[in-house]
Amino acid sequence: MTARPVLQAADITRALTRISHEILESNRGSSDLVLLGIPTRGVVLAQRIGAILDGIEPGTGSVGSLDVTMYRDDLAKNPTRAPGRTLIPAGGVDGKTVVLVDDVLYSGRTIRAALDALGDLGRPRAVRLAVLVDRGHRELPIRADFVGKNLPSGQSERINVRLSEIDDTEGVTIE
Amino acid sequence: MRHLLSTRDLSRDQAVAILDIAEDMADVAGREVKKLPALRGKTVVNLFFEDSTRTRVSFEVAAKRLSADVINFSAKGSSVSKGESLKDTAQTLAAMGADAVVIRHGASGAPRVLASSGWIDAGVVNAGDGTHEHPTQALLDAFTIRKRLHGEASRGKDLDGVTVTIVGDILHSRVARSNVWLLTTLGASVSLVAPATLLPVAIAEWPVSWGYNLDAAIDSKPEVVMMLRIQAERMNAAFFPSAREYSRQWGLDDERLARLPASSMVMHPGPMNRGLEISSNAADSSRSTVLDQVANGVSVRMAVLYDLLSGTSDLSGTSGVNA
Repeated sequence: MTARPVLQAADITRALTRISHEILESNRGSSDLVLLGIPTRGVVLAQRIGAILDGIEPGTGSVGSLDVTMYRDDLAKNPTRAPGRTLIPAGGVDGKTVVLVDDVLYSGRTIRAALDALGDLGRPRAVRLAVLVDRGHRELPIRADFVGKNLPSGQSERINVRLSEIDDTEGVTIE
Repeated sequence: MRHLLSTRDLSRDQAVAILDIAEDMADVAGREVKKLPALRGKTVVNLFFEDSTRTRVSFEVAAKRLSADVINFSAKGSSVSKGESLKDTAQTLAAMGADAVVIRHGASGAPRVLASSGWIDAGVVNAGDGTHEHPTQALLDAFTIRKRLHGEASRGKDLDGVTVTIVGDILHSRVARSNVWLLTTLGASVSLVAPATLLPVAIAEWPVSWGYNLDAAIDSKPEVVMMLRIQAERMNAAFFPSAREYSRQWGLDDERLARLPASSMVMHPGPMNRGLEISSNAADSSRSTVLDQVANGVSVRMAVLYDLLSGTSDLSGTSGVNA
């Protein structure tokens, strides 16, 4: 089966810009906002949203990364995974509004792991979730607060997110 | 990776991968909740037939930080002192459902026997066997060197071109053996300095240079000087005339410390004989990495246990960290 493009580079930029405005709107400004990307592509997306926020309201957009490998519920069922990096901005997460950023929301298990990981790092005032693509098929009661694109998909289909910082190309395809 | 028995079994990529995982584990030590759920429900047995403080405690802390259950088993006060064999001990532990066995034994090769005998189906970590190997010590030494040289940018780096001089009782030292294999795998050039009586016969086959003169070695300005402990419990022959003579010739005293470049590191695997192989000033100077080594030991052992235990257990063989 051939890969069908769903989002082009410009669509991704537009979606992230909209998400950035929505984050500011729901947070009533940019105070105490921490963006945590989930490796690998969530970190890139968090950095991009951080840059956009910084453009709208300078001095905002504190960005970090949150690795969830150790908290996954399928750790024992797969070969050993190398963990990614967790980098929390200097202010920590206590009392902040944390926005988790990931590329694709699917079963919701990664986000469950991220919530556990976050709980070990501190006590945020609120946790929100921003994703570029929501493809459905949730297995846990989790939903995203900010969605770039809702993409109804079959469970046999694959969603590929390519970002220029990591991959050579940029775009979202379904195959 | 199924077992960690020798640093000889590690490829460069595998070693760097373990050190990189250890970097992530080190971040956990700075957090408020110093615990990860990765090994919840796994049981790690610390099987120590020889005395140890830091290695056993370090493995215990590492396993607990990964949420594993830890059972400490030392030969003193156990049925081993009643004459139980390694086989029976291993089968007892297997019956109790141990997922990993961390073993220290006075006999070289005991961990390999345990790993290959079929007595127990657990991952085996060598925590020091006789005068053979002590792989996690070498890994933490490599981690400490890399961290001092590269700091935050350590991830993914090897030790290409780093000059390491290991001084002391090479003959009986499992730390020296593990370090020789690991550091050279990582690209460092290792030289050994010892009295001729304390160099092993087979040294010509090792990928190292060696000498008998510490002053000459110090004048060659090595980036790392690793002092080994004079192991009184293994000094069963007249290897050198007296402790004082050893200290004069092969000890890192204040005068030799002053001649070392300011950027050189002074390492010691501990426990130290202050005043014998290392002076108090050398041990406590800012160039000394002794306490870093202990702290890094926990991170490195977490990485090893994670690598051995976190994935599916039916992956037999010596597959790599990312396999």
